[in-house]
Amino acid sequence: MISLLDLFSLAAIGAGTFFFVAGTVGLLRFPDSLSRLHALTKADNLGLGLVVLGLIPRVEISLAALKLILIWGLVLTSGGSTAQLIGRVLRRGRK
Amino acid sequence: MSPSTLAGLVGATLVGLGLYGLVLHPHPLRKLLAFNVIGNGVFLVFGIIARRGAAAGLSFDPVPQAMVITGIVVAFAASALAVALILGLYSEAGRVTLDPDAWTKPGPEEGK
Amino acid sequence: MNILPFLDILLASLIVTVAASTVVARDLFAAVVSYVAYGLLLAFVWIRLYAPDVALTEAAVGSGVTGVLLITAGKRLAAIRKAEPEAQPGPALKWLTGALAVLVACALAAAILMLPDVPPSLAPEAVTAASGPGAGLGNPITAVLISYRSFDTMLEKVVLILAVVGVWSIGKDAAWGNAPAPLGRSRPSPAMVFLAQILAPIGTLIGIHIFWVGADAPGGAFQGGALLAAMWMVAMMARFDEPPRIDAKWLRLGLVAGPAVFLVVGLAGISMAGNFFAYPPGFAKPIIIFIEAFMVLSIAVALPLLVAGPPSEGYET
Repeated sequence: MISLLDLFSLAAIGAGTFFFVAGTVGLLRFPDSLSRLHALTKADNLGLGLVVLGLIPRVEISLAALKLILIWGLVLTSGGSTAQLIGRVLRRGRK
Repeated sequence: MSPSTLAGLVGATLVGLGLYGLVLHPHPLRKLLAFNVIGNGVFLVFGIIARRGAAAGLSFDPVPQAMVITGIVVAFAASALAVALILGLYSEAGRVTLDPDAWTKPGPEEGK
Repeated sequence: MNILPFLDILLASLIVTVAASTVVARDLFAAVVSYVAYGLLLAFVWIRLYAPDVALTEAAVGSGVTGVLLITAGKRLAAIRKAEPEAQPGPALKWLTGALAVLVACALAAAILMLPDVPPSLAPEAVTAASGPGAGLGNPITAVLISYRSFDTMLEKVVLILAVVGVWSIGKDAAWGNAPAPLGRSRPSPAMVFLAQILAPIGTLIGIHIFWVGADAPGGAFQGGALLAAMWMVAMMARFDEPPRIDAKWLRLGLVAGPAVFLVVGLAGISMAGNFFAYPPGFAKPIIIFIEAFMVLSIAVALPLLVAGPPSEGYET
């Protein structure tokens, strides 16, 4: 019998994986670089957040949960900024 | 097939792939990339040796892993030197090629 | 049912595919991006092989800083992307090279499949050297790097310095002593400035933390130093700081501090502990952390210098 916490972890990580797959489908199928960038950034950040949420009940040291959230925050920051930088170049070059 | 053997075979494949790219690509930066692929394949082989050397209460043998860490940093230093040489060649000569006849033939022409 | 073997096979095929894409991609930029992705996937394999320290180093140095190096190089060479046609090798050479590559790969694979069943291992010696009075650390890899094979690590730092000197020598003679070209654009975009303002302080803290816990947990001087180097590079890309003049005293001091302190402690070991590079028992851990701190400094100074390149007479951006 799976405990409730395990079920929650499974659901959250599953949802996160689904968002990652959705972002990859967007990467492969969207016609324009800018729309691909948009799909990838949004879906991947949300997917990572859900995966981190699902991993939090499974940590052994509670400080590790803080580390996971910090990792998600850092990926959010750098991912968003990098997407901005790429988008800026795309808009100028129309590649 | 244990993860070690699989990783070792992947390392062997990477060495083969990198060798192909190293010999065939005319552009020096592509050669450098292929050379790094070979290097990572060799590191993988080191890694499986480390994993198989699990003994004395450790789940791995730390000596090959320490060698791989050293190797990764040294490989980066070598790549940096190679990149500096390539960029220096470009700034001196205006183009980047290892073809020995390229310096006696006339400059880049139009077409193709 | 165990799903791990399927994940292993999936990861292996992914790595081979991305490596093949690195080798056969048409465009230099596509090849470099494939290489960075391939390095990150390799970090996964290292985790599967019970090597978290190597995974950290591969992600930070092998794919991270090398990626920055290659993309910077590609950007500086961007003008020649439309340049003269390269002499493509003929089909005979392609077939021959393919056969050679397959031969080498098969030979290596055969050697791997024929490895002895009882694998020889240096683990027992390393463990006794690590947990004994020589080191007393919880992380056997740090113990091996700084205590059991300390000479190798010191010489590796010297190799880094040699590479820096080599990169500096490529510049023109008249430019010796100047600073390398700046890493960022003259008017960095606000997103870059924002990223540097947020990332650099946090990244520096994380880098120091990774170095500190490397004594007892996965981590260490190389990983922490690489992170600090990356944070300095991010700050330089946002033009918060410029690449320093290569004749600056603090730069040269920081560069040689790591191996110099290492060597001094090793020589002092002759008088204090009876042997070259021996640490006095019971006092080993503070000495190791002391050496590692200076190594982190040297690495954090050397890596951005290697990426910044030779000194230049004028700024080309």
